[in-house]
Amino acid sequence: MNLVRNHVLISIDAGTIMAGARAVEKALIDEIAAQGLTAEISVLETGSIGATGQGVILVVYPEGVYYGNVTPQDIPELVEEHLLKGRPLKRLILSEIPVQHVIKKEKTGLLKEQPRIVLKNSGIINPENIDEYIAENGYEAIAKAITSMTPDEVIEETKKSGLVGRGGAAFTTGMKWDFARKAAGDIKYIVCNADEGEPGTFKDRLILEGDPHKLIEGMLIAGYAVGASKGFVYIRGEYALSIERLEKAIAQARQYGLLGDNILESTFSFDITVMKGAGAYVCGEETALIESLEGKRGHPRNKPPYPVTEGLWAKPTVVNNVETLANVPEIILHGASWFRGYGTEKCPGTKVFTIIGNVSTPGLIEVEMGTTLRDIIYEYAGGIKNGKKFKGALVGGAAGAFLGPDMLDVKMDFVNLKEYSAVLGSGAILVMDEDVDMLDMLKSVLHFFRHESCGHCVPCRLGTAQLVKIIDRISASKGKKDDIDKLLKIAQVMQATSFCPLGQSLYLPISSSLKYFGGEIHSRVR
Amino acid sequence: MYREQTLKKFNPALDNILYILHDLQDNNPEHYLAKEDIRACADYLEVPYSYVHSVASFYTMFSLKPRGRYIIRLCDSPPCHLMGSQSLLDYLKKSLDVKVGETTKDKMFTLELTSCLGACGVAPAMMINEEMFGNLTPAAVDAILEKRRKEL
Amino acid sequence: MIKAKINNVDVEVPEGTSILWAARKANFTIPTLCSHPDLVPGGQCGICVVEIEGIPGLKRACMTPLGEGWKVHTHTARLMEIRRQLVELILSYHDTDCLTCIKNNNCELQALAATLGINTVEWHSLEERLPIDRSSAAIVRDPNKCILCGRCTQVCSNMQTVNALAVNHRGYSTVITAAFDMGLGNSVCINCGQCVVHCPVGALYENSHIEKVWDAIHDPDKFVVVQEAPAVRVMLGEEFGMEPGTLVTGKMYAALRRIGFDAVLDTNFSADLTIIEEGTELVSRLKTGKNLPLITSCSPGWIKFMETFFHDMIPHMSTAKSPQQMFGALAKTYFAEQRGIAPEKIVSVSIMPCTAKKFECQRPEMRASGFQDVDFVLTTREIGRMLREAGIDLNEMPDEKADSLLGEYTGAATIFGTTGGVMEAALRSAYFLVAGRELESIDIAPVRGLKGIKEAEIDIDGLKVKVAVAHSGGQARRLMEKVQDQLRNEGKSEYHFIEVMACPGGCVGGGGQSWGSNMAKRARRGESLYAEDRSLQHRRSHENPSIKVLYEKFLGKPNSEKSHTLLHTHYYKRSTVDGDIIAEQ
Repeated sequence: MNLVRNHVLISIDAGTIMAGARAVEKALIDEIAAQGLTAEISVLETGSIGATGQGVILVVYPEGVYYGNVTPQDIPELVEEHLLKGRPLKRLILSEIPVQHVIKKEKTGLLKEQPRIVLKNSGIINPENIDEYIAENGYEAIAKAITSMTPDEVIEETKKSGLVGRGGAAFTTGMKWDFARKAAGDIKYIVCNADEGEPGTFKDRLILEGDPHKLIEGMLIAGYAVGASKGFVYIRGEYALSIERLEKAIAQARQYGLLGDNILESTFSFDITVMKGAGAYVCGEETALIESLEGKRGHPRNKPPYPVTEGLWAKPTVVNNVETLANVPEIILHGASWFRGYGTEKCPGTKVFTIIGNVSTPGLIEVEMGTTLRDIIYEYAGGIKNGKKFKGALVGGAAGAFLGPDMLDVKMDFVNLKEYSAVLGSGAILVMDEDVDMLDMLKSVLHFFRHESCGHCVPCRLGTAQLVKIIDRISASKGKKDDIDKLLKIAQVMQATSFCPLGQSLYLPISSSLKYFGGEIHSRVR
Repeated sequence: MYREQTLKKFNPALDNILYILHDLQDNNPEHYLAKEDIRACADYLEVPYSYVHSVASFYTMFSLKPRGRYIIRLCDSPPCHLMGSQSLLDYLKKSLDVKVGETTKDKMFTLELTSCLGACGVAPAMMINEEMFGNLTPAAVDAILEKRRKEL
Repeated sequence: MIKAKINNVDVEVPEGTSILWAARKANFTIPTLCSHPDLVPGGQCGICVVEIEGIPGLKRACMTPLGEGWKVHTHTARLMEIRRQLVELILSYHDTDCLTCIKNNNCELQALAATLGINTVEWHSLEERLPIDRSSAAIVRDPNKCILCGRCTQVCSNMQTVNALAVNHRGYSTVITAAFDMGLGNSVCINCGQCVVHCPVGALYENSHIEKVWDAIHDPDKFVVVQEAPAVRVMLGEEFGMEPGTLVTGKMYAALRRIGFDAVLDTNFSADLTIIEEGTELVSRLKTGKNLPLITSCSPGWIKFMETFFHDMIPHMSTAKSPQQMFGALAKTYFAEQRGIAPEKIVSVSIMPCTAKKFECQRPEMRASGFQDVDFVLTTREIGRMLREAGIDLNEMPDEKADSLLGEYTGAATIFGTTGGVMEAALRSAYFLVAGRELESIDIAPVRGLKGIKEAEIDIDGLKVKVAVAHSGGQARRLMEKVQDQLRNEGKSEYHFIEVMACPGGCVGGGGQSWGSNMAKRARRGESLYAEDRSLQHRRSHENPSIKVLYEKFLGKPNSEKSHTLLHTHYYKRSTVDGDIIAEQ
């Protein structure tokens, strides 16, 4: 193996590609060659490091210097200064990137620490190279499970860890597996829900792009625990790079015998198929996703029966979110009590948040469950952009809750937020500054739901249409006082009678916006 | 014909329907699912035409009417809305002289709205065909469109 | 068995019974718009929600099986309020011009709104007028009335396996249309009208011929003849509040005369004729062994189904026209001749339990008389409306007889109206034709009843004739696939003779029956037809005296050249894309 002096990691994800990462990468390789440094400097592709809106991002190791907004024109100077002369190029250095490695405990010289379980490898390894994942203890957890644990022990450990679903519903993962394991039938399935459509959420995309093997390993462990030999990953059609990376990773895992028959010479066999969605938010609902997987319209099914007893092709099926599954290998490797060392008593572990909107540094962070909203906004996301005041946040996506300024110190976890009639949901935090028109935001939420309602049931199909009609009237200054009561009334009917969570969840953004910003909204009607 | 080649790539199983429709649409020179595409898919999967039409019309990524060379899909979900997607939409409508869902007269651009693309960190965002664009301003949009016009 | 309490009333039902039907047992009607006793609930409308003690949230009664020991509440204040709001939501989108709606007074939504006492709609009107689909000869679809309950798509795809109608697009834009957003007239629709009879509102109805029939009746230059299908005599009473299955043959004749038809005749006559022609065909095929099994051709829904999905079975089809079309061909030839009326003055009207007959009468080949053989087809519902408009109450009618020439019939003809009836009638005559003597037991029980596919084996003078009967598109498909397999793999089928009717239950379950029908009502109508059969003097088609006269005076003998010109037909191969004719066979 060649000894190299420096590694230059270039973050290749949908965001940086947009910003021109491919051109920068080519310029970098060319310039290194032109300077005769090819043998000493290695250029590696990696996934997202969590920051967005910072253009093309490079990290130079071993120094751990982060550069942002790099253009091909910057490359000659950067190579000459840093890689040739050893002097970091100050004008491009990013100081606001918060990364800390939980397991390696390696200081990377950044401002804010993050305990990274899920994003352990994101932005550090090349996601297209299985060897790099393996070098980071990858696939050790499945090896441990197969060689030294029974499926029941795997389930028990997962239950003990207190891991709950990270897609929004927060159901105990170990219990779900247990139900499926105990369900009658020889054929069972593991389905990974990567139909990430909750507005403001892109955590699953970055996991898929940055560390796809983590997901594969999580699914393997789930398959082993449940007694399934087939898995599906349902990825939304818009996530082209995620699909490409995951398919590459699956092919590599097959080559290494980590997918396929008799994995690690055991009796356990498992394989994964990637399925591509085609644009339907409702398919994020597990039964609609199953319908879509079967090649149908994405209409939700009636529950019960739940998928764990009657899911894909009427077989017992576990549907887990990407982030949930990405937690699993570390839990199995390090144990439930290790996992419980993070987060809160009732809600252990970490959560990946996407923090966006009017903040200085929008992006993706992984923090312990129970971190306050204030810390997330001000410590990790650089506070409100342009020094403005915080007005509110929409937490949990469009189906989430609006929170006002007096909620800044709320601890962000599934259990605690429930006490404030809010939800953590997918972990999207959309921050709004003092200039934002809250009625306009609510209008956007309602339009989103009308567009995404599947149309199967009356309350959701016509309820969303009525809501849009009413809020459009208010927005056009034609609203009457009772229009606001009508918004709530319809939302209540929808909550009580909608066929699936899509229609049921709309009550939350409406009621919470009225709770925190009722004065402002009421001032818009006569 | 592309249809035969597309179908050969997939097993005739119903769970491949979305893949098949994606592939047919990608290969249709007018970037949509023509009646013939739906028929080809239905015949291959041995399901009724009405079934395939019903499925295809459910998903927003599929179009049942011809589209331009470049499909602009502007996100109008709350995060992009907050960051100004509405004024961008107005700008796009004006500069392309189309309504949402329409194609420019020169068949270059089709303007569509989409739900969240997961590019919220760089909102407002849009996709043109498979490519994502973020931090959009009218000037940035002009440059992006101009580049595509020149490519011809 | 599950024991539970519904509104504090004890109820005991088999495991798996939904709360909706369990509540009926306890004498509570939970309102609903989308569920139907013969269909699988889809949970679209949400109106049937109930509260269950100890279980959070509301549950849809239609799709929730009653649980052991549950305490269910069906009309709490909250539920009643929610139901009202849901119905108001539906009304906010619905075209509420009830007075001019075909379903006025027969609409489940209208009835529910009245039941719930809805006198204002709180929500804004969302109504956006969409074009009404009038492309089909048989069925009209009005999307502005549609509440997307999903019954029509379920019967079209599951019960009938036609798949003409499907749910298309999404959310607020969801609409039920044929493939490629085309009209029903440009689709594989077989015109069976099962969608029509299951529709709770006025979104689906027959393409009405009422005005044209009134015009003909009121035109002094026209001689208007009317025929009534076998099933109509056990259905028409329901239009006048009688019990399902009430036999009203004599009252029907009297009413039709009073409304102004110039000659009141009977399709049952031509049903007997069909048996003679088809029976003769069967006997000849049994002798030669060619093109077996022979398959019946009375049901126009089935004909289009076969032409579209099973056109390789065309050689097996009986070439005999349906009774309606045999009657039509004779009305403007034999009847005109005998009565001395110029055929161009005759307007031929039929009253059918069927919507597909409207399509059948307009088929281009149905002009054997030199004119369109049957001009107009009225469903049972349409004639009900006409009689009411004319102020004629069927209950008050005396029993009268049909006019002569094309009016006399046997018991064999009357059972045509129910599944298995054509088969039984044909066997009664075929036995006689082959054996030269009558069947010992005239009742052939194995082909009766509402079982999906019925089979029987009849020994005709040592020849074992295996028969099968299918009713509904779905059962027809199953049976045809089996026959296709047998023909392909073994060179011949186990069956000699097959009866197919497009509608479940046969014609008594046709698309032209009264609103609010279900399988139980279909069964009662069928039983009534068997009762009429038992009551008649002649029970075999070949015993019909008027038929004998017809052959003597006009046709010569069964399957003669003249019979072939007037009473037999041919079929087409049709496209599975739009139902259009591809080739003549």
